[in-house]
Amino acid sequence: MKQKKKKKSSNRPGKKPAKKKKVTGKISKKLSNKKKITDKKNIKLTNKEKLTDKIDKKPAKKEKIIGRESKKTSKIEKVSLERRDILKGIATIPVFGPFLYAFLKKKLSDDFKKKEILAELGISRKAPTVLPKTILKKPKELIRLGIIGFGGRGEDLVHGAGFAHPDWIERKKKQAKDNKLNKGLETFLTQEDLNIALTGVCDVFDVRAERGIAASKNDTRPGGDSGLLKGARRYIHYQDLIQSNDIDAVIIATPDHWHTQMTIDAVNAGKHVYCEKCMTRTIAETFKITEAVKNSGKVFQLGHQGRQQDSYIKAKQIAEKNILGKITLVETTTNRNSPNGAWVYEIHDEGSPETIDWEQFQGAAPNKAPFSLERFFRWRCWFDYGTGLSGDLLSHEYDAVNQILELGIPKSVVASGGIYFFQDGRDVPDVFQAVYEYPDRDLTLIYSATLANGRNRGKIFMGHDASMEVGSSLTVTADWESTRYKEKIMNNIINTSLPLFTYQPGLKGIDTVTSATERYFATRGLMYTLKGGRRVNTTHLHIKEWLDCIRNGGQTSCNIDRGFEEAITCHMATISYLEGRKVEWDPVNKKIV
Amino acid sequence: MLKKTLFYLALCPTRLPNYTATQLTSLVVLRILIGWHFLYEGIVKVLNPYWSSAGFLLETKGIFSGLATSIVANSTALGIIDFLNMWGLIVIGLGLIAGCLTRIASISAIALLFLYYVFNPPFIGYTYSIPVEGSYLIVNKNLIEMCALFVLTIFPTGTIIGLDRLIFLKKKHE
Repeated sequence: MKQKKKKKSSNRPGKKPAKKKKVTGKISKKLSNKKKITDKKNIKLTNKEKLTDKIDKKPAKKEKIIGRESKKTSKIEKVSLERRDILKGIATIPVFGPFLYAFLKKKLSDDFKKKEILAELGISRKAPTVLPKTILKKPKELIRLGIIGFGGRGEDLVHGAGFAHPDWIERKKKQAKDNKLNKGLETFLTQEDLNIALTGVCDVFDVRAERGIAASKNDTRPGGDSGLLKGARRYIHYQDLIQSNDIDAVIIATPDHWHTQMTIDAVNAGKHVYCEKCMTRTIAETFKITEAVKNSGKVFQLGHQGRQQDSYIKAKQIAEKNILGKITLVETTTNRNSPNGAWVYEIHDEGSPETIDWEQFQGAAPNKAPFSLERFFRWRCWFDYGTGLSGDLLSHEYDAVNQILELGIPKSVVASGGIYFFQDGRDVPDVFQAVYEYPDRDLTLIYSATLANGRNRGKIFMGHDASMEVGSSLTVTADWESTRYKEKIMNNIINTSLPLFTYQPGLKGIDTVTSATERYFATRGLMYTLKGGRRVNTTHLHIKEWLDCIRNGGQTSCNIDRGFEEAITCHMATISYLEGRKVEWDPVNKKIV
Repeated sequence: MLKKTLFYLALCPTRLPNYTATQLTSLVVLRILIGWHFLYEGIVKVLNPYWSSAGFLLETKGIFSGLATSIVANSTALGIIDFLNMWGLIVIGLGLIAGCLTRIASISAIALLFLYYVFNPPFIGYTYSIPVEGSYLIVNKNLIEMCALFVLTIFPTGTIIGLDRLIFLKKKHE
């Protein structure tokens, strides 16, 4: 408009420009006759415009002709030019109409599907609240911790408690430098400070005991130097550590053959116990340890840190809501494919009869053997000390299923397997299958393991209406012949080739999946943990739960009752494998048949 | 100064093109279709609270893989990249459809597509786990769309059919 006015005033320097603005075509003709000079000016101007307005030649030409023939004033021409400019300027704006229409239609249809699915399922989209809050209060009461067994798992547990050897810190720093996605150190350092002091270490191997002491003094830890890093005392015999007045609670991370005796001695000495799995080595030990722990009233936690995995907690909610329909088969697996995964651990250079207290190591083992570095460092390969695949890895899988479905001890088991790949003198199988029957629940639980193949087979709960795969993430997929979802499948609300919904750790809630790309990402869970998702070590949470119960009372999630179920179930499979027969559990007389 | 720069960017080349009706129509239709694609890609990402470029970046092959990993490892950097990508796509899409600052929009779109192309190049020996619906050898959809945008940049239409006509034409008259 500003420009229009300018033109008018320059074209018509006459007396009453305001009046002239309103002049119509006919009158303008008269005017143009009267004022030839100005008209000429106008023609000149249209020519000028023709030159400048190269954008649209054709219409400009037309205008010129019109301008000449009808001798319209430039003012009229300007008006028509503006209108066309506006029309052409906004010509593509209507495209937003169909775009918005299509977009809203798609969104409404997707939202409708999601809403329908969630309404049908009747589950909350919320995440279970296991992740600790960002601002953490340091617990007031100090707990003095002792650890028996500072091998690989012992170190892991102490990391979970908030202590690390300087070598480990260096190694993690290097890993983080080499691979920026490796957040192991960051996860450790941002762990909650549990207000504990590591005051006692007992290990039969000198090198490991020294490592434990070094870890107890290292101030590169969550909470930094709390003034409590005076260093742990080394106890040569575990009994001395258990009887010590400097210790309130004990972590037992020894081979399985020591678990029972140490736990019984510790609770009898008034110490709380965190014990690694498998809880015991035999059925008889299982009864003994359960009785002792129950009578002591001390807080006991068995080392199945999967109890803290939020996908397992969500899986329990899903199972309780009966989203899968009647579950008749649960398949759990272990696949590993490396010497380390098959317990062929490195033999330490300094390991020798001088540095290892062999007698104390053998202790409760049923068969005494001469000093052996293999047996010491790779004890998991012998039934004398460990429980093989059943107590070592089936125990984790079983505990996860027991947590989700509360199965308890099975009616019967048939197990088989063999030493097929690692024929290195071990007596535990490296390929192992166990089939458990739960007739009361109309359900079979299968465990299938190999230590010589790395294929990921997952943990799958198979129901009549849907399947659920549980790992660090969780995916539920409707069954194409489901009765419950039949109608929704027919109406294309549920697509059986896509997950019904997924749940990722660290995610705000569950999410329904509507495209193949979403499915791709859902099965990987990268973005959820990377984008704002806080990583938390489940072992840390499991130890924290134990300490919380020591301070405030209450039951640990993997208490002695869960431990009893775990140990009996695992040993049933071991017996079945060793004796080559079906093993049954008599729940009335509480014994193996 | 800013006005001048904008003016130059939006109207360059300064000699305005002279198209036949068919040429003009095809160019405008191409511009709208690409704009539509960009706009929807952007909106989909904005509406999905769980969307992140992390998955794409982790697939990066070739010389940029180190850079991509660094971005993913740093949640702030990843947040910025996600934001720029989502809203960049939307703004470019709006610009192309409406013909508003068309030249800036097409050049930005070329830059964005170039990044997509070089971060996940369909070169021999590189395999990706993100599912794709077609088969590509060196030439993929990003490269083709990039070239189409290049054509739109040298044959501009925003000042003929588009808001640029209203924004910049006035200045020509003055």
